Amino acid sequence: MIEAILSYEFLQNAFAAGLIIGIIAPLLGVFIVVRRLSLIADALSHVTLAGIAGSLYLSQSVASLALLNPLFLGIAASVAGSVLIERLRSLYKHYEELAIPIILSAGIGFGAIFISLAQGFSNDLFGYLFGSVSAVSREDLLIVAGIAVVVLAFIYFFFKELFVLSFDDEYARASGLPAKWIHFMFMIITALVIAGSMRIVGILLVSSLMTIPVATAMRVTKSFKQTIILSIVFGEISVITGLVTAFYFDLAPGGTIVVTSIFLLLLVIIYKKIMVSLKKGAIA
Amino acid sequence: MVAPLIDIKDISFEYEQTKALHNISMKVEEGDFLAILGPNGSGKSTLLKIMLGLIKPSKGKIELFGVDAKNFKNREWIGYVSQKSNSFNSGFPATVEEVVAGGLAKKTGLFHRLPKSAHQQVAEALEAVGMQDFMGRSVSELSGGQQQRIFIARALVAKPKILILDEPTVGVDHQNVQAFYDMLASLNRDKNITLVLVTHDVDTVTDRITHVACLNQTIHFHGFKEQLHTMSDEQREAWYGHSVRKIHHIGGSHA
Repeated sequence: MIEAILSYEFLQNAFAAGLIIGIIAPLLGVFIVVRRLSLIADALSHVTLAGIAGSLYLSQSVASLALLNPLFLGIAASVAGSVLIERLRSLYKHYEELAIPIILSAGIGFGAIFISLAQGFSNDLFGYLFGSVSAVSREDLLIVAGIAVVVLAFIYFFFKELFVLSFDDEYARASGLPAKWIHFMFMIITALVIAGSMRIVGILLVSSLMTIPVATAMRVTKSFKQTIILSIVFGEISVITGLVTAFYFDLAPGGTIVVTSIFLLLLVIIYKKIMVSLKKGAIA
Repeated sequence: MVAPLIDIKDISFEYEQTKALHNISMKVEEGDFLAILGPNGSGKSTLLKIMLGLIKPSKGKIELFGVDAKNFKNREWIGYVSQKSNSFNSGFPATVEEVVAGGLAKKTGLFHRLPKSAHQQVAEALEAVGMQDFMGRSVSELSGGQQQRIFIARALVAKPKILILDEPTVGVDHQNVQAFYDMLASLNRDKNITLVLVTHDVDTVTDRITHVACLNQTIHFHGFKEQLHTMSDEQREAWYGHSVRKIHHIGGSHA
């Protein structure tokens, strides 16, 4: 496997991008989960689908756009989707959750139209939906690396504000933190991570890499920092195991990564149950 | 002359065309322990939120420490403890230390990491609320009363001059409510922290407070608790409706 990675550039790209995503998706995912925004990640991934499908259609029908990397329009759609979700949430103050099905269905709707307009990119589309080991170009890797730098800088500089906002947003606003702007930037960063992760995990499964490792970590951690570290560890184990399995068995990496993360979640749930029973037994 | 910590000047607030607060004027001076009392829906929490700048009044003006609230920058001088059940995600994976250190976020400033002294400051704030042994515990494992103490420690860690509390004993079991108010009284007396409190625990709180504001859309009384008996029966009825009974402890009145 290591020999193959050293020999083939596409494998180097896939593994490097996977390792980066294994860090940034669960890292941001911790904040998404504790803020109960998991479904927003799903809505944004479907909006990204519309951007990708639109870009693939445009590259077929407009000659000058033939070489356009679909990731760019995917990122633009995802960021626009995050802004629209916020607009809709403020419009429907008593039914904020309505923003999610509206944007999610808009994403699928536009995506379906672009897919039916364009013919013959079913292979590309399959890669975007479920991830691909072979499709990650050097340009994709550079985009993912760029997104990672932005995400890590954002979390480093705004960690304490994000923590306070996640724990208790009314307190954050009352204490004079710029909660509105931090939340807005958080949504944009989430959109970037979703768009950046989909080359490896796929649009339909990207939100799971942001939530399942976090759900696993939360079963066994006490502190917020522990939750972040363990979520990243579970994310990386899922990505590495998933990519290796996908390479050897010629499977979609999105599927193998997510199934690995589910497997880890089950293991941790069983471990926790055994520990609780042992403790109860010791007390009795 | 020292400016009042909070100076509310003739404010009104409407919520979806329903009058919630009408022509409210009152001052909170340094050292006060003020309880805002009133029936459900009387606008108590709304008034606190206006004091904190969370909502803007439709009329009137607020000054904080002598500065127009719109231009007031030293938010860390005001500590806030909200109703626990409203805004806290009880399964949140965080330690007591992490939660209390969050109170230093505004004081530390944007783009800066928490200072090295944060650990010591958190320990001191926890000691002030009698929770010094809980630093490494997960906040979700604590009882309602213990969690509220942690939230007070979070508000205290930035060394505020005034603490605003919105029904802080919601979710606190009955036998711990007395101890909770004793702790607040000692913060007011020993650490000279001004306190503004919205509560329903009238009988429990009255021994500890210095001032009372009787609110029901408008202020029916505001002054030293000893003067509350000067309220006429008509004023009392307008404040709390016909079912009101005189409070035993306040001003020596009897039911």
